[in-house]
Amino acid sequence: MSNAPRNGDAVLEATNLTKIYGSGHTEVVAVRDATLSVARGEIVALLGPSGAGKSTLLTLIGLILPPNTGRIVIGGETVFENHLARVNVRRFRRRHLGFVFQKANLIPFLTAVENVRLAMEINDQPSRASKRRAMELLEYLGVGERADHLPSKLSGGEQQRVAVARALANQPNLILADEPTAALDSVRGRQVMELFRKVAHEQNAGVIVVTHDQRALDVFDRSLEMEDGRLNPKALPARA
Amino acid sequence: MNLASRDIRHNFGRFVLTTIGLGLLLMLVMGMGGIYRGLVQEATLMVDRIDTDLWVVQKDTRGPFAELSRIPANVEDRVRAVPGVLSSRAFVSTTIQRERNGQPLRITVQGLSWPEDRGQWLPIVAGRALGQAHYEMIADESLKLPIGAKVKLAKDTYAVVGLTRGMNSPSGDSMAFFTLRDSQAIQFDLSGEAVRLERSARYSRAKQIDLGRAQPHVIERGLGPSSAIPALGPPAISAVLVKVRPGFDPNQVQSIIAMWPDVSVYSTDGQRDLLVRGTVDRARRQLGLFGILLIIVSGIIMALILYTLTLDKLHDIAMLKLMGARNTVILGLIMQQAVLLGALAYIVAYIIGQWVFPWFPRRVVIIPDDLWMLAGIVAGISVLASVLGIAKALSVEPNEVLA
Repeated sequence: MSNAPRNGDAVLEATNLTKIYGSGHTEVVAVRDATLSVARGEIVALLGPSGAGKSTLLTLIGLILPPNTGRIVIGGETVFENHLARVNVRRFRRRHLGFVFQKANLIPFLTAVENVRLAMEINDQPSRASKRRAMELLEYLGVGERADHLPSKLSGGEQQRVAVARALANQPNLILADEPTAALDSVRGRQVMELFRKVAHEQNAGVIVVTHDQRALDVFDRSLEMEDGRLNPKALPARA
Repeated sequence: MNLASRDIRHNFGRFVLTTIGLGLLLMLVMGMGGIYRGLVQEATLMVDRIDTDLWVVQKDTRGPFAELSRIPANVEDRVRAVPGVLSSRAFVSTTIQRERNGQPLRITVQGLSWPEDRGQWLPIVAGRALGQAHYEMIADESLKLPIGAKVKLAKDTYAVVGLTRGMNSPSGDSMAFFTLRDSQAIQFDLSGEAVRLERSARYSRAKQIDLGRAQPHVIERGLGPSSAIPALGPPAISAVLVKVRPGFDPNQVQSIIAMWPDVSVYSTDGQRDLLVRGTVDRARRQLGLFGILLIIVSGIIMALILYTLTLDKLHDIAMLKLMGARNTVILGLIMQQAVLLGALAYIVAYIIGQWVFPWFPRRVVIIPDDLWMLAGIVAGISVLASVLGIAKALSVEPNEVLA
């Protein structure tokens, strides 16, 4: 078993990524020489204990922090080579990446549909088209009837679905989710994981999910485990 | 999608209260400027309104509005004889305080040279100008004396025949206009006992000199009324107002009168300048400085408000950055709120000010130039005040979403 996708063209190719925080005797190696690839339509679980470096790896792949060394290629385009960005990182993020976190992080003063529209309007999508697609996405994720509600009026599961819709808004190549089910009960948690699988397969996007939730591992195509900043393949249970 | 308006909609109550609070503060700034203007206008009101070219006043004094000025009444006749003078009229100004219906009644008494000057140049809003030589007055409406009201001043009772609007002295007291003789009677009123004591003193002084002892009828004169004694001068006046004949140079007439050793003479502009730079100078400078301080305080408060509003949104701003939003989106969110807050607060200030300022005891004059200037200052403050919030917002890292 390797860190490479089983089939299909790679949407992500990260090679020898290393991230070091601090320097001298305070130096911490959060990610150590990590290499992974994710194909289109593939959903990959990133497992490991707290402090293993999962979230740091996700911030590197999500272009939120630069790696110290290594190379990141997304959708065939080299984005980072060592610590140097080869593209406008912020623009690349809004066009090619989608994020979902443990907390939905919806903008509290926007309704559900406005939160989804915002991602598209930031990406220069026309207002009318973005409204139509936002409604389609909310319908697709089963929260269409809650479109005009503010986040404070939505349940945790509904908020997470809106966050997934927002992540999908610009049809990203890669969706990164950091413990998206941690705040949900097991039933809703599984529903969200199933949703990611559905999105990966139907939207043809690569999905990486950092999770501690062992109960829903069967929804993933592949899993990787991090320990002390190192990335290793891990066998998955058979899908129910 | 306009994020600023969505945020305001979400926190509408807080935004409204903040706007009203800031509006009240700006109203104070607006009012301070208005009081400043009002002070200058009140100081120069009479000089601007009264139709005259030159003011002849007591030697080395600054005129009846700036300080006490007393000149003999015959200066009026002397001035009339100067080449180029069309007319001259005596003018009396004094401030008195009496009591009416248990309330203090402060009046700046202005004496008009009857019959040439009946007060027809005054801004009379009700009633008429003076119609007889005695016992009539034109009062400013701020004295709250209705037409036909009878006011006892000195030993006589005066009927209010006309009302003016906005006629206040530099000290803010309401003006009332009488004939010159009546105003002198009010100004130089003495009680019966004071008159008797003065006659007695005159009698004693006359008895002590040779003339009194040699000519007893002089002593008898001394016991009579003051007006019957030719050796005593008539009551003094405050100033003589001079109108220059058309075609003559007022400066030339002024230079002739300026040579007289017992009086000083000012042009209308000179008199106005003296009032603005002298009488109200410190007050207007103080108001000006206070206004500047208020603007600075408003700016600081607005900056703190916008900074606090930005702090509340730091997590959302980090999320926007993570989603790839351009800085202009974030800048727009803060700046638009700042400008809207400033604009609405300005409107609140104007509306409340229009309602409140007329109730101020002193005149508040809001002119369009000042309104435009304040609008510009508020716009500047809004932009500057948002800089602090913008700097904070731009320093937020997208990974703070993960915190």
